[in-house]
Amino acid sequence: MAVDTTEAAAATEAARQAMGGIGVSLARKEDARFIHGQGHYVDDVVLPGMLHMVIVRSPHAHARIKGIDSSAAMAIPGVIAVVTGELLAQHKLAWMPTLSGDTQAVLATDKVRFQGQEVACVIAETKYIAEDAAALVSVDYEPLQAITTPQQAIEPGAVVIRDEKEGQTDNKIYHWEAGDKDATDAAFARAAKVVSLETFYPRCHPSPLETCGCVADLDPVTGNATIYMTSQAPHAHRTLFAIVAGLPEEKIRIISPDLGGGFGNKVPIYPGYVVATAASLLIGRPVKWIEDRTDNLISTGFARDYYMDGSVAIDENGKFIGLRVNLLSDNGAFFADAQPSKFKAGLFHIVTGSYDIPAAHIVANGAYTNKAPGGVAYRCSFRVTEASYFIERLVESAAVELGQDPVTTRLNNFIQPEAFPYQSASGFEYDSGDYPRAMKVALDMLGYDELRKEQAEKRAKGELMGIGVASFTEVVGAGKGKDYDIAGLRMFDSAELRVHPTGKAILKLGVKSQGQGHETTFAQIVAEELGIPASDVEVREGDTDNTPFGLGTYASRSTPVGGAATAVVARKLRDKGKIIAAHLFEADVADIEFDHGKYNVKGSPDNVKTIQDIAFAAYTNIPDGIEAGLEGVTYYDPPNMTFPFGTYLVVVDIDKGTGQVKVRRMIAVDDCGVRINPMIVEGQIHGGLTEGFGIAFMELITFDDEGNCIGSNFMDYLIPTAWETPRFELGETVTPSPHHPIGAKGVGESATVGSPAAYVNAVIDALSHLGITNIDMPVTSDKVWAALRSKGVTE
Amino acid sequence: MKVTFEINGAEKSVDVEPRTLVVDLIRTKLGMTGTHIGCDTSNCGACTVLLDGRPVKSCTLLAPMLEGKTVTTVEGLAKGGKLDAIQEGFHAEHGLQCGFCTPGMMLVGKALIEANPHPTEDEIRWGISGNICRCTGYMNIVKAIQHAAAAKTAETAGVA
Repeated sequence: MAVDTTEAAAATEAARQAMGGIGVSLARKEDARFIHGQGHYVDDVVLPGMLHMVIVRSPHAHARIKGIDSSAAMAIPGVIAVVTGELLAQHKLAWMPTLSGDTQAVLATDKVRFQGQEVACVIAETKYIAEDAAALVSVDYEPLQAITTPQQAIEPGAVVIRDEKEGQTDNKIYHWEAGDKDATDAAFARAAKVVSLETFYPRCHPSPLETCGCVADLDPVTGNATIYMTSQAPHAHRTLFAIVAGLPEEKIRIISPDLGGGFGNKVPIYPGYVVATAASLLIGRPVKWIEDRTDNLISTGFARDYYMDGSVAIDENGKFIGLRVNLLSDNGAFFADAQPSKFKAGLFHIVTGSYDIPAAHIVANGAYTNKAPGGVAYRCSFRVTEASYFIERLVESAAVELGQDPVTTRLNNFIQPEAFPYQSASGFEYDSGDYPRAMKVALDMLGYDELRKEQAEKRAKGELMGIGVASFTEVVGAGKGKDYDIAGLRMFDSAELRVHPTGKAILKLGVKSQGQGHETTFAQIVAEELGIPASDVEVREGDTDNTPFGLGTYASRSTPVGGAATAVVARKLRDKGKIIAAHLFEADVADIEFDHGKYNVKGSPDNVKTIQDIAFAAYTNIPDGIEAGLEGVTYYDPPNMTFPFGTYLVVVDIDKGTGQVKVRRMIAVDDCGVRINPMIVEGQIHGGLTEGFGIAFMELITFDDEGNCIGSNFMDYLIPTAWETPRFELGETVTPSPHHPIGAKGVGESATVGSPAAYVNAVIDALSHLGITNIDMPVTSDKVWAALRSKGVTE
Repeated sequence: MKVTFEINGAEKSVDVEPRTLVVDLIRTKLGMTGTHIGCDTSNCGACTVLLDGRPVKSCTLLAPMLEGKTVTTVEGLAKGGKLDAIQEGFHAEHGLQCGFCTPGMMLVGKALIEANPHPTEDEIRWGISGNICRCTGYMNIVKAIQHAAAAKTAETAGVA
């Protein structure tokens, strides 16, 4: 019988779409509540008897506290309490541990150490009353000299910021090295050429549109503590609350409701959470604390603030043979980097990037300054962003010095596809990659050669046009557990899958979406593995009472770790299904075959039991000796990180008179392994490219000499709107991760990691013939104009 | 003081302090939490509502300014269980991720295509430039508004 292959293929495709498995751009299941305005964010939580908390913050960057007078505030009707550090100290809560093993003041007792530091909290019947009263809390300060750069901080004789720490006699936090110094020195000794770059990755802020906050509800009768909280890691936070506050862990329930973005900002524990919880315990009523935007920008987790200089040693054939990098990190007043590695500068030592550099040596130093603490990864895997920026900028400098096209320099030095798994000089094992292929796809999309011709023509006419290249390598998906932990909690993640008698399922995860679309993507993994349509799989996250323990969502780890756990648990259930199918077919388990939700006995492909039949039987007709039910849980400890990569190309035109940079085109070719929902993946890349654009051209948290934060609201901290944001052209290659169950790698942060260097390289490419080799971010018109003016190009 | 206005088709008369911000009135007094607060300085647009059909930032309006006016919030978009074209557009084109900016974006988009049924991409980008999205990079928001504009045009053509 002739088979109409076209019809059969169409039927298969229709079935695939209906199932919503891997590779289908399924419209998002979670959209319904958001487009109806029924998303449930923490500020939407209203409890009976709920009080409101506002934080009184320091106007000084560095000052001794001589006294706090809260009598005027307490006199306002409706004010319930003013909490100070002194009160917290009585409960041993004035200080708390940070995620980097340091301590941080919850409410200042001795000194304030940055502008915006938490000094007191007013708790009142309404938010308006609390705001009024906060303005009346009178704090007597004795201002001290403020230190606003790490260079000042490490000068001998600098005033000691952390004088409360025993044995701390200067402002140094850490000294840390990676790689092989001797081998690197030897490489530099035999180099034909050495190219250097000094650059600064300035302080910026994740600024999710929803700020941080919580509602703490401690029941004095039962002792139950329910805390609604903007948390990217609710389980880890519950354990930390248990340890820090001494609350019994089984009584603590952390609910992270819908999050209005996170980007790393909602990983740390902030003083506001701790005080609201303590206040609810002491007062016996629920307490809500929601930051305003200024609170968010001046006190919660900033990102970057890395001063980097280094050199690449190049042999006579143009091959990179050694890399040296020095890093000076501004960590603010408390070392509170949110990162789970044992390395002091996170994963910064992946700074060899996409290049086969046989010797590398990285020296990192951290310093305290009178600035907000944080060091969160703003859409980044623990400092890989700074590393990627540095190496991609340095390679640009090398190309200029070598008189090469920057594409040639990269192709000459890429780790080659056959070299994977690749052991890097600084200690990473890259799982997979094909860098030349991603580069080729990007060049073809752009029409690179034609644009180089156009650039030459324009240059001859005195017009400024640049093409920026960046070929980044990401490192995401922490663990593995033995190398990565938060306060000892190993970086595995979890999935619990329950298939009900009617064949519908609930999937509960230890990770937590902040907009990434987990309710859709993870249902698609179940659909692929088990053959239950994605529409029949409900995904639950963010409630510690009702989900298995996991370490949360940041560093693009949900799909690499939680996604792997989901695939593995689905396969466990599939295998149990075979036992049940064998019972129903009265056949041997070894003879049962499974294909996309259908079981059959080998040789009888037309007589099938569906996964729905099997689920029903799991509760109604179970073989002797087998437990009822179709449920399972998996805790997945990844064998390695995953290493997404890509090539980004940017074309800019620069106005000589004003220094204005216009991004004409932006090509982004990403390889994140297997794409589960291509629509969601592309949405993630769009978002990351936009945040990267903001960082490259607009976003800056800076300080004056007295430590006043410049950039404390959205009028000063500039975020890209639709008007500035470029149009993006996306491409892809697919190199599956060899160790991930479905070959996925994670994608949420690649674009923020890879794009800043591409944008800046485009500007430098337009200007390098004038002798302009570096402009630090954000590359604003005034900086470009000043650089042009210094070369006599503009008046 | 007492303020009387219409919101999503229902007349309301509420007692408020004159200094109450409209966004707080809507969220706290009326319990409609689809209108969000993102910046307090009129920069982000998460609090956007329609006042007599025009998009305004409700974090910068005082409650008495509502007297006699008509307010539309995200809760008033769907009618009789049927989504507004702008809601359909955002869902179909993946115009939202975390959802926090979405109510304001949809209301601005709706007002935009009511004033200009066939906007160009630049007109849309300019029209929504008072609203910040941190997740989507705007490409799909633009498509969502185009989707809604096309649907409305088709609907009008169908009626004619």
